[in-house]
Formats: sequence, structure tokens, C-alpha cells
Amino acid sequence: MPDLLLELFSEEIPARMQRKAADDLKKLVTNALVDAGLPYEGAKAFATPRRLALVVHGVPAHSAATREERKGPKVGAPDAAIQGFLRSAGLASIDQATIQSDPKKGDFYVAIIEKHGRHATDVLAEAIPQIIRSFPWPKSMHWGSGTLHWVRPLQSILCTFGPETEEPEIVDFEVDGIRSGNVTQGHRFLAPGEIVVRRFDDYVEKLEKAKVVLDADRRKDIILADAKTGASALGLELVEDEGLLDEVAGLVEWPVVLVGTFEEEFLAIPPEVIRATIRANQKCFVVREGGSDALANRFVLVSNIEAIDGGEAITEGNGRVIRARLSDAKFFYEQDLKAPLDSRLPKFDEIVFHEKLGTQAERIARIEALAAALAPLVGADVELAKRAARLAKLDLVTEMVGEFPELQGLMGRYYATAQGENPSVAAAIEDHYKPQGPSDRVPTDPVAIAVALADKLDTLTGFWAIDEKPTGSKDPYALRRAALGVIRIVLENGLRLALRGNLAAALNGLDDQLEATALERYERRQLGVTQQDVDGEQDLDISLEAFGREFRSRLDESGAGALADLLAFFVERLKVQLRDSGARHDLVDAVLSAGGETASDDLLLIVRRVEALGKFLETDDGANLLAGYRRAANILKAEEKKGESFEGEVDPALLGAAEEKSLHVAARFALAEAKAAVAREDFAAAMAALARLRAPVDAFFDKVLVNAEDAAVRVNRLKLLTAIRDATLAVADFSKVGG
Amino acid sequence: MSETLPPHMRPDRSFQGLILVLQRFWADYGCVILQPYDMEVGAGTFHPATTLRALGSKPWRAAYVQPSRRPKDGRYGENPNRFQHYYQFQVILKPNPPNLQELYLESLKAIGIDTKLHDIRFVEDDWESPTLGASGLGWECWCDGMEVSQFTYFQYVAGIECRPVSGELTYGLERLAMYLQGVDNGYELNFNGREGAEKVTYGDVFKQAEEEYSRHNFEFADTEMLKRHFEDAERECRLLLEAGTPAPDASDQRHKMVLPAYDQCIKASHRFNLLDARGVISVTERQSYILRVRELAKACGAAWLETEAGGKN
Repeated sequence: MPDLLLELFSEEIPARMQRKAADDLKKLVTNALVDAGLPYEGAKAFATPRRLALVVHGVPAHSAATREERKGPKVGAPDAAIQGFLRSAGLASIDQATIQSDPKKGDFYVAIIEKHGRHATDVLAEAIPQIIRSFPWPKSMHWGSGTLHWVRPLQSILCTFGPETEEPEIVDFEVDGIRSGNVTQGHRFLAPGEIVVRRFDDYVEKLEKAKVVLDADRRKDIILADAKTGASALGLELVEDEGLLDEVAGLVEWPVVLVGTFEEEFLAIPPEVIRATIRANQKCFVVREGGSDALANRFVLVSNIEAIDGGEAITEGNGRVIRARLSDAKFFYEQDLKAPLDSRLPKFDEIVFHEKLGTQAERIARIEALAAALAPLVGADVELAKRAARLAKLDLVTEMVGEFPELQGLMGRYYATAQGENPSVAAAIEDHYKPQGPSDRVPTDPVAIAVALADKLDTLTGFWAIDEKPTGSKDPYALRRAALGVIRIVLENGLRLALRGNLAAALNGLDDQLEATALERYERRQLGVTQQDVDGEQDLDISLEAFGREFRSRLDESGAGALADLLAFFVERLKVQLRDSGARHDLVDAVLSAGGETASDDLLLIVRRVEALGKFLETDDGANLLAGYRRAANILKAEEKKGESFEGEVDPALLGAAEEKSLHVAARFALAEAKAAVAREDFAAAMAALARLRAPVDAFFDKVLVNAEDAAVRVNRLKLLTAIRDATLAVADFSKVGG
Repeated sequence: MSETLPPHMRPDRSFQGLILVLQRFWADYGCVILQPYDMEVGAGTFHPATTLRALGSKPWRAAYVQPSRRPKDGRYGENPNRFQHYYQFQVILKPNPPNLQELYLESLKAIGIDTKLHDIRFVEDDWESPTLGASGLGWECWCDGMEVSQFTYFQYVAGIECRPVSGELTYGLERLAMYLQGVDNGYELNFNGREGAEKVTYGDVFKQAEEEYSRHNFEFADTEMLKRHFEDAERECRLLLEAGTPAPDASDQRHKMVLPAYDQCIKASHRFNLLDARGVISVTERQSYILRVRELAKACGAAWLETEAGGKN
């Protein structure tokens, strides 16, 4: 069967857009084929800086004719229904429809839609111009006097169609003055000129001869292999960088790897800075000394040409730019080192964090207070935690972070170390942003933990207090990530932290500041009013107090709501986290529902309890007890529906059967034991206590009829079932357990 | 082309030689070779030959050197790469010819950049000028990793969609010359292409100016006066636009005073740049200044379309 070859040749396509554009082209063209009744065997799309290409294998030369009957409204139906039918069936008038009779429904219209088979080339000639005109580029443009939108000027279109054994034909169409053909161009510099192409096989081959590697993955392989070889030839190791590799492969059609040198003195700059400089500005790789983390004074560049001097001029030119950039970086680094971090604090008075949440300086003060409060709870030295919190954000106004925002925290660590801070403080500056994502590491040093938690809790309570919560896919302040960060820090460090209390403390700190700011503003405003008044000052004091009281009570009121809501948000995030790590999130509900308010306060306890419960339910005892519980709960539910309640003590005098009596004893013991075990946080013991209920419960249901004829006995037995439910509730709400 | 030039005119030896070759190249292509606009501007784009001529349907081809002033970039003559005053070579072609990239590459060849030896790359870089309400798509052009030009297809200027589209090339002359002459310090550029006692360097011409203007830009420019001048220019721009608007019953409905009004827009923009360099503009104020200049540019652009050169008959 025939193959399609399509190439859209343009001026340089931004590297970051190439891969998706190739995928989009494949999807759009193959969808158009399928929609036209032309299924295909396979398709592959490619991108280089100057072309998108697509090959579709095994496309039928014709689509089959189709005949479709479409049922319409009844004869005599309202005009609106008839018109709708005509539109959907593509008929000009109702005369074109036939009338069919149905013994039950009467006469109704039927449209017979017959489609002739079409040549694939006709389908393509119609579809491709439309695809080009509506192509989903993230950003596109006009050029010259044309009407077309493309990412950069589109210069030519190659489109052939035909079986392997015959000369393919050109799929003939025109888009905004560009006529499709069978001609493309080679490499801009190495092989300029036209190439006539027949089909995919000779297309790839001829391009390769014309110094164009069509497949981006192959370009990546070449670059990576050559870069590694180039580095190891010097006894060095390439610092691999997938993102950069992707980008560089999108900047060249004919990758040529070269290795250049810069002065050793620049190695005094932190390696992350060297890498960021060389990567961001020059799109070059860095290399390190074999078997160590230390960078070498070399860089690996990827050129787009095989230069006639072997690349000497290119390497020299790139080296000059890199030297200039590194001089800048070195200058920034040295400038930054001249002033201690603390001296930058006043600048934060002028930086607004969020208009409703005050300045960055206010935020730093809050984080510092919160970190101090958290420090003893996580085993950190209070003074060190305060110091780290105070310094943590200060690198944001350094020259280096201004230049490379991605180095925030890291530069703070360097500068703090340089000014002789405690190593824990320096490390905390870098680590307090962590974890940034699911694969990022979690801080483990207590000082870093205190600051990281303080930072995140302040962010969360702040945005909750001003009601800027994440909704749906919108989470502009990355609050989900912050909550997940708190959860991971707590769980992975095995921290016992009363969440409610700490969130309340964070909110309180925020409220104090908001109140102070509001009072200040109020005072300023009132001063203007009362200046002429003799009693002005006294009046002001009185009104200030009243204003403060009212403001505070409003804060307290909204704060309570925000706190409850934020706790619920944490529980939701915890469930997501547990689900993602393969745990059963229904068990979270079971534990939380049983534990009441205090249980949701301690993330670590929740998780331990969930784990114990999960293990228990996997045992024979657990599964059977769950079944017994459900039986008891169902009976109770049915009876309680009738309006009766079976709370209260079981009357031992009314217990007759041995199984009843032993269950009664077992339930009392289990409840007491489970409660005691939960109280001492020994969840395994709590589960074991429940496990001992299993046999009596089974025996009870086996031998005893709950619905006894004697009403008093019946009620008493129902109370016994309630006792089972209560005993299990000491550990978990089994009604929430799914499956 | 450069092989046939006398040594003192060769772009790899002479800064002015570089400019002359570029002028010659684009003159041969049919461009109007203009002289610099006689006002302080931040970039060649501000020249009315670009900003205003990019608007409307009439074809236009021009090339010119534009001295550009960026007060904030002053370094008291101490940084070899950063100047508060520098030269741009600007080419504007409306509509852009379909082979603009090839033309650009030929111009590089004319100044002695051999594409068999050097790695020329078009790297995505979309351009935007918030004060001019202008934006376009294009690239920064790299020569061996060094950005030597900006290549832009204008999409909007003065908030008005450009139809047809102009292609704009901006050559950073100092950087290009440093590359061609193989010097790392801009002040060491050979300006006149002579050697020995006759040699004049870029530093001979501009170093003192860099020192003096840095002092002026960062320390001494009178901020109250600048604020006043900004307001004056803003008012004058609007008054001129209003005065140039034809009466509804006039027989000639074309606008009569866009260029003088646009001068005031340029003036306001430069006053703002100076105020910014003096560090007296807060973040929020900054935004509002930019917006005020943009409003002027938009009003001028709209009025330009009502003139003959703007395409109104």
C-alpha cells in the first residue's frame, strides 16, 4: 500500500516547540486520514530546526464507498425538528429524504447518505492545507504580505504519495502561495541547494548526504556519544544534562561536538554557577574531573557545521563568550561576597510578598518566629533555627540569584558558609525550599526541618487566611506542593507534630502582623482627622482600641474557618500521597473517622495507624472480623432505621447462650484493650485486641439468632452488636473500609 | 567585498569600515540610507523610520546607524562590554522579502564572516518593547556563540497589528566589531582602521563620555527637572496630536502633525530611562511610566495611519 511523505520546510523553529509540533502534525494528519475512511499502518513524525516531517505507511489509495441511513423525525413533526434533521443529514430539502413506515411508530423520514470512495491524494490535498492553517503552535506569526500563520515563515512544502514499487505522485495543493512539490533543501551552510525527493527512504538518505540528520533522537545520540568521547579523551567526564541535550539537538541539523577551554581561575566560582552560566547563556555542557564532583576548565559545545578549520575558530569564539560570561559571574559572586547577607535585610521592606500578606521582611519575621516555635518540636537548636530562618531568603536580592533565579537557596548557602555561619544554618538556607517535587530530597537536619516547615506553614496559612486557595487545576502559589512538602518532611523524618497547634500559631503570627499594619494605617488616617481637635489624642486612643478589638475579632472568626479548612486540605493531600505510594486511602478515612479531631492532628500517627490497620485487614482474623463487623452493622442499620436505638449497657442477666456470654466478655475486653493500646500508640496491640474478637463474633453469628422472640432478649442482643461496633471504633471506623 | 577594500576600511580592522560596508551592502539592496535620528533614543527601533514606517501598507526599505542611549547600562567606563551609549545598525524592510535570512547571511559575508568557518545560528528570541507597544517574533543571531544581531518580524507596533509585516535587523555594532577585530575590550576597538600614531580607538572617542554620562545618569541628573520634562513632553505630545487632527468638515482628512508629536513620545521615553537610572522610580511607578509612554506611542501610531506616509490618501 502507498506511503505518504510530508515535509513542512521553514525558517528556524524554536527548539522547545519542535517535538510537540511533530507529534501534532502526526496526530492531525492521521486523524484526517482515519476520518476520511483511510486507515493506515504506521506513522512517524520528525523535527529539525528547519523542518517538520511526517511519514505515514500503508495508506489505501482509495477510501471505500459508504452508505448510511439516518433516521429522522416523524412525518408531520414540527418544522424545527425537520430543519435540524436536514442540517445534520446535509440535505437541501425534505424531498430528498425517503419515508419509511414502522408498524408501531408510523411514518418517518430517513436520509440516505451515500459517500463515494475518494482518492487518498484528494483527501490529503484538502486536509493538509487546513491543518497548516490551523496548526496549534504555542506562538505563531504573519510575515510579508501573506495571510498564513506559522511559527516562523514557512518556505516550502514537500508532499508525495505512492506505493514503494511505483513513482510516487505529488499531492498537489497550495497554501497562501506555497505550492506543494517534491523538492526540499539540504543543510543551510554545508549543502545548500535543492533536493528532489521521491519517498521517505530516499528522503532520509538524501538529507543525510546533504548534512541533515532528520531524527532528533539520533541527533541526541550522536551529541551524547561524541560529547562523552570528547570528554574522556581528556580524562574527563561529561556532566550529563537531558534538558540541555534536548534543546541543543533542536538547534542543529548536523551536530558537530567540539571541546573548548576556559581559564582555571574561574573554577573558584561555585560549580553550580559555572554550569548555570555556561548552560543558560551558551547552551554548552560542562565536564568534571573523572570520578569527582569538581568541574574541569573545559566546556563541550555543539556546532551546526563541519568547519573547514576543524572548528578552531568556532571553539575560540565560544570560548571568548564563555570567558566574558564567567567574568561577569565571578564579578557578581565577588560583589555578593563583599556584603554580609544580613545587610540585605532592609531591602526586603520594599519587596511586597503579596499585597494582602505584607512585605517580604514581614514574612521573614513570621518565618523566624515560627521556626523558633517549631525548633524544640523537631529537635533543633532554637537560636540556630532563628538564624537560618532570618538568612534563608536573603540571597534573593544578590546579584547572582538575580541573574540565575534557579540558584536561590544554593547561593545563600555559599554566602552563609563564606561568612562563617554554623554549617547547619548554611545547609538550612539551601534545604528550606525542599522538597520541590516528588523526586526531590527531603531535609533531614533539624534546623533545616524547622525552617522548611516554618516557610511552608507560613505560606499555607497566609494564603488560606486571605482565601487564595488552590482550585481545580489552578494553584498559582504552589500550595499543594507546600502541603505535600510538609507531609513528606513529617513522615520521612518520623516527626510527631501537632498540626493544628502549629497552624494556629502560624495564623496567629500572621494576624498579629496584619493587625499591627491595619492599626498603623488606621492611626495615620485618623491623625489627619483629629489634628485640629483639642482632645484629639485621647479620642484617637479610644477609637484605636475599638478598631483593634473589632479587627481582631474579625480575624479570629475567619481564622477559625481557615484553620479547619486547611486541616481538611492536609488530610486530602495525605490521602493523595498515600494513594500515590500505593497505600489504601479508604483506610485513612476509616482511621480519621474513628479518631475524632485529635487524630487528624498528627500526620505520623495517622499513617502508622493506617499501616497497622492495613496489615490487620490482610490477615485472616482481620478479614473475618471485618465480615463480622459488617454483618453486625447491617443488622443494626436495619433496626435503627425503624427508629430504635441500641446504645447502652448489655444486661448480663438476659444473656443465655454461651456464645453470647463469651462475646459480651470479649467485646468488653477488646474495647478496653484497644483503647489502651491506641492511647499508648501501640497500634499493633490495638489490632491484636480486635483480632481476639474474631472467634467469639463468628461463633455468635453461627449459633445465636439476634431476632429472638423475646423483645427484651432481642434488644439486649442488638446492644451486644453495638458493643462490637464500639470496640472496633476504638481503632478504626470499619464502615469506611472499602472493597 | 571586504577583500577589495583598502586595509583601513576593512571591517576586521576598522569600526567605521564595518559601518560603511553595512551601509554599502544595504544601499546596494535598495535601502534608503538614513542618518541617525537627532534625538536621544534607547534603540534604533525608536527612529520614526522604523516605528512609524512599520505601520500602514506602504512599502519601505531603510538602513541607518542609530546611536542608542541606555542610561542604566553606564559603568563609568570600567566595564569593557557595557556602555550607556552605543551604536546599532538598523535595517527595516516592509514587507519583509521572502529571502531575508539569506540577505542577512550575505551581509555577514560582506563584513567578513565566512559561514564555512563560523557557526551561525538563529536562536529563538521574541522581541518586545513595552514602551512602544511593540512585539515581534524572531531570533537572536549567534556567531560562534556570540549574539551579534537581533532578527525580528514585527507583529505589533504602537499597539497596531503590522500588515504587511516588516522585517527588522539590528546589528550590535560594537560586539560585532569586537568579534571581527578579535578584541575583548570594546574600548580597544580600532575606530578608524589606521595604525601607529594615526590610530584612533573606540576608547579615544567614547571613554570620557562614558565616564561623564555615567556620573550624570546615576548621580547628577536633576530628577525633579526630569519628572517635569516627562510631564511636559507627555502633554505636548497630546496637544500636538490634537492640533493635527483635521476638523470633521475639513476637505483633507489627513492628520497634520504626527512626527513632532512622536518626538515628544521619544523625549518622554528617554526622560523615563534617566529617572529609572537615577533609581527614583518604585516598582509600581515604573509600570505606570511605561504605560504612559505606551499610550503616547499608540496615539502617535494611530495618527500616523491617518497621514499620507501612513497610507491614507
